[in-house]
Amino acid sequence: MVTDLSVKFCGLTFKNPIVAASGTFGFGREYGGYFDLSELGGIAVKGLTMKPRLGNAPPRIAETPSGMLNAVGLQNPGVRAFVSDELPYLRRYDTKIIANISAESAEEYGELAAVLSDAGVDIIEVNVSCPNVKAGGIQFGTSAVAAAEVTEAVKRRSAVPVMIKLSPNVTDIAAIAKACESAGADALSLINTLLGMRIDVKSRRPVLSNVTGGLSGPAVLPVAVRCVYQAANAVKLPLLGLGGVSSGTDAAELMLAGASLVGVGTASFANPRAALVIRGELEEYMRRNNLSSPGEISGGVVI
Amino acid sequence: MSCKVTFTEELRDGVFALSFTAAELTPPKPGQFVHIKCAEDGGARILRRPVSVCDFFGGGDGAEPELTVVFEVRGGGTKWLSERREDDELDVLGALGSGFPEVSGDILLAGGGLGIAPLLYAAQRAGTRAEAVLGFRSKERIILTGDFERLARRVEIATDDGSYGHGGTVAEPVRAALAERPFGAVFACGPRPMLRAVAEIAEERGVPCFVSLEERMACGVGACLGCAVKLKTADGEAVKRVCRDGPVFASGEVVW
Repeated sequence: MVTDLSVKFCGLTFKNPIVAASGTFGFGREYGGYFDLSELGGIAVKGLTMKPRLGNAPPRIAETPSGMLNAVGLQNPGVRAFVSDELPYLRRYDTKIIANISAESAEEYGELAAVLSDAGVDIIEVNVSCPNVKAGGIQFGTSAVAAAEVTEAVKRRSAVPVMIKLSPNVTDIAAIAKACESAGADALSLINTLLGMRIDVKSRRPVLSNVTGGLSGPAVLPVAVRCVYQAANAVKLPLLGLGGVSSGTDAAELMLAGASLVGVGTASFANPRAALVIRGELEEYMRRNNLSSPGEISGGVVI
Repeated sequence: MSCKVTFTEELRDGVFALSFTAAELTPPKPGQFVHIKCAEDGGARILRRPVSVCDFFGGGDGAEPELTVVFEVRGGGTKWLSERREDDELDVLGALGSGFPEVSGDILLAGGGLGIAPLLYAAQRAGTRAEAVLGFRSKERIILTGDFERLARRVEIATDDGSYGHGGTVAEPVRAALAERPFGAVFACGPRPMLRAVAEIAEERGVPCFVSLEERMACGVGACLGCAVKLKTADGEAVKRVCRDGPVFASGEVVW
């Protein structure tokens, strides 16, 4: 049986379900030397803001059991530099480009979306869940009302599909998901990192200069599976599931919970070719289980 | 890339030299590093450990290229690495980073503690164009000085507590060397206060100085922005990546 890995998502055809997760893949250049980026279903670029940002002071990262904390702080060259210097490079590859945005107000989110929609990205991913910057959007992602307000503002200014990236740091992720759906979101991606903290017991100081940071890596996979499952039960929107995926069966697990696409993030830090390896393992899982398309996995959890 | 361990040695308590085959790696420049996975697949330690290249043999006459690193056991990852034995497999990325530049004239190597490791490879390349000033906390912590003595024209050793060689940091011997003879450049690696002191002395004498910086890293290839360092630019300050833009920077760029 020929395995077709392509996935329809928001009216777009992704050649396979594997997407490089925002914040772990830069603007693709660093990994372009390790494999052909056209092998990916899509690339979610490093989070963009209207103005350039220098990010937080070091130390920005700390290893944790089966995971890591980061507090990079949305370092990026600004949306205009992305459009002029980075997007043309990414466009050389035959893969979907997802522009991830953060802002301090609903209006600013809208403006960013307008610039990127005009520039011709494929999807706009709205980060309302960065835990590392005071004005990084998490205040919009932890309230159903605010999440809906941002969704509406972005939808008004974007001609391309809008995907809201949700935070797991909430009491009821289904309520936030529903609010985004009602406000017109085309898709949801989840989860962003979990807020964490480590302390150096010798110096008694926090390990990260930002004090707290976002937890990612295999340790968070069960939280991601739970969140995707709850969101899938709450809304009809297509979902990009991510959080701790480091193998093809991890990807299959998120898809069974309800995801159509799967993001690979922290795993790329351990192995620059991780996304490619995971795609191959997912294909192998499908072959072993006589599945002819990824759609046959999505939402297939048996309760 | 899969590499095979060929040699291990404990140089002093808690400090190890580890050599492995490097046929699949990019031949390193002095100052570059390799990024080593320090766990079995599926283990709880997911990040690699960046370690400077201390020595490299390019192969030939039927012998495989071989790369040597020197590291101190600081946690679980480096402990695991110290327990590797001949013929064990290692997953290594590299060589990565910028490395020291090619310079003409003599080179003064200024190293502190484990920071002397990448300078040994620089000495191997520069041969008798190199002089070295190597600083340690005490006599018990001295490592690799015999190798420097074999390669470099002149080697001076300093200990903070005066238990061997010059008493004090490398600052005074560096100042004296630069006052005595012309050098094309200073290459420095070690603790940040030492780097700053060496950079100031070199800048006073008008000798170009290149420092190798350290920062916590995740990806090692420039994507994660974890290893940020602030640098001076023409129009203010910029944030650069130690792994990709460095680890070696011109000392005049560094915001101390």
